[in-house]
Amino acid sequence: MTAWMKNGGPDSDIVLSSRVRLARNLAHTQFPQRLEGDQGKAVMNQIAQAVETLKPGWQLQWQPLSEVSGIDRQVLVEKHLASPALVQDPVRFEGVVIDPTETVSLMVNEEDHLRLQVFLSGLQLNEAWQLANRLDDELESVLDFSYDANFGYLTACPTNLGTGLRASVMVHLPALVLTRHVPQLFTALAQIGVVVRGLYGEGSDVAGNIFQISNQVSLGFSEEEFIHNLTVVAEQIVGRERNARYLLTQSHALELADRVGRAWGVLTHARIISSEEALRLLSDVKLGEDLGLLTVPGKASFSELALMTRSGYLMKEAGRELSPGERDELRASILRKNLLAHDEGEQ
Amino acid sequence: MSPSNPVPLSCQRCQRRPASVHFTRVVNGEKSERYLCEECAREEGAYHFMLDPQLTVHNVLGGLIGQVPESSPQGASSHVACPHCGYTYQRFAETGRLGCDRCYETFRPQLDPLVRRIQGAVTHHGKIPSRAGARLKVRQQVEQLRDQLHQAVEAEAFEEAAKLRDEIRRLEVSATEE
Repeated sequence: MTAWMKNGGPDSDIVLSSRVRLARNLAHTQFPQRLEGDQGKAVMNQIAQAVETLKPGWQLQWQPLSEVSGIDRQVLVEKHLASPALVQDPVRFEGVVIDPTETVSLMVNEEDHLRLQVFLSGLQLNEAWQLANRLDDELESVLDFSYDANFGYLTACPTNLGTGLRASVMVHLPALVLTRHVPQLFTALAQIGVVVRGLYGEGSDVAGNIFQISNQVSLGFSEEEFIHNLTVVAEQIVGRERNARYLLTQSHALELADRVGRAWGVLTHARIISSEEALRLLSDVKLGEDLGLLTVPGKASFSELALMTRSGYLMKEAGRELSPGERDELRASILRKNLLAHDEGEQ
Repeated sequence: MSPSNPVPLSCQRCQRRPASVHFTRVVNGEKSERYLCEECAREEGAYHFMLDPQLTVHNVLGGLIGQVPESSPQGASSHVACPHCGYTYQRFAETGRLGCDRCYETFRPQLDPLVRRIQGAVTHHGKIPSRAGARLKVRQQVEQLRDQLHQAVEAEAFEEAAKLRDEIRRLEVSATEE
């Protein structure tokens, strides 16, 4: 369903996904925050109509958020198809446009009228940009976007001015975390205008060792330059993580195997597990798998397993709201099933 | 609470659930400490300032935009409203977001230095939308070609320079025809 979560892209042992986001606004229309009733609906309809004129190949489906249930909205956020701000109540005239592979998504009336996103697996920022650029061209042939000769694309917040581009990669850096190289690396990145944040949790306590790395500014360089710079940075990080992994296998082989084995033991035998613990252990198992220390019978990728730990996903599976205790139980059962590859039975 | 007091085990608010959040509030130099369970901490607003990352970005931005003194020329304009949407610069300083695309024209004098500070640049060098920017595109191309022409002349590559000159002429003619 979510294509990028399947492994397969370049460097996907470390780079889980590449994302490109473009912010666009309709010319001479108030920004979403300031829209009232009819104007808001008009923007929504204009964008929904524009989506209908797109070439059928995109297969984009328009969904007003008012018609999406609370649990489904939470899943949209967990899959990064919508931002928490977009789905937050009260929903007025917000919407999403998504293709069946969940590669392309548009957020309608978030901070800007339109936020176009493309997700690909592995390190494929340039490919993601090409795709986003093509969709942007098609949308622009039917919509008038706010544009200024100096400032470029105009956005509600000046932090997105210019290209309206935010490119990011999600990276899994367990060895850099274990060898305590992360703070040093991130300080260096901050100096060259690259922002790092933990995907789940903050600071040094990043569950799952998953980090999101993105460009800080959006003005002053071309899209290709931003994409190229971030790609180079991502390649360097991949290189450093690989090196740290190699050093760990040389200096701490036994401890590493022990850690991976323990994680596998708990994940495949626990009956109650919190999301933090699950993510932490999944990260160890993924590292073990990447280093050839164990083979996971299940077919689910690390990204898919990480999604399975999330509360919205679990409630969607159960088809109802769940208490934290019920979630911990279902999480343990779903992870066991998917790691051990029991496809049938145990429903 | 003096330091000699023991840390309470149950929430000071509901007295039922275990206290898991140590919440220190400093208001006007007065420090107060509370030991609460997560639920009560949320209700007392212990989290509200750190929960929403969107909000934080705009708060920080709001601080950067700053409140301009009334007496300065910029201060006087902070009450100017955007003729298209009625937004004021003051509101922008509070929310970190502008009202509409034309606010960028209305508040350009204040925005220019701010954008430079946030973005490190004030001139867009990226994509130009094909419809809105067809003419702009030609202008940028011509400028680029002029730079190349200049370099070619300096390098005494006259054949190349002549080609570039013709290309510039062609672009300029096609632009005026449109």
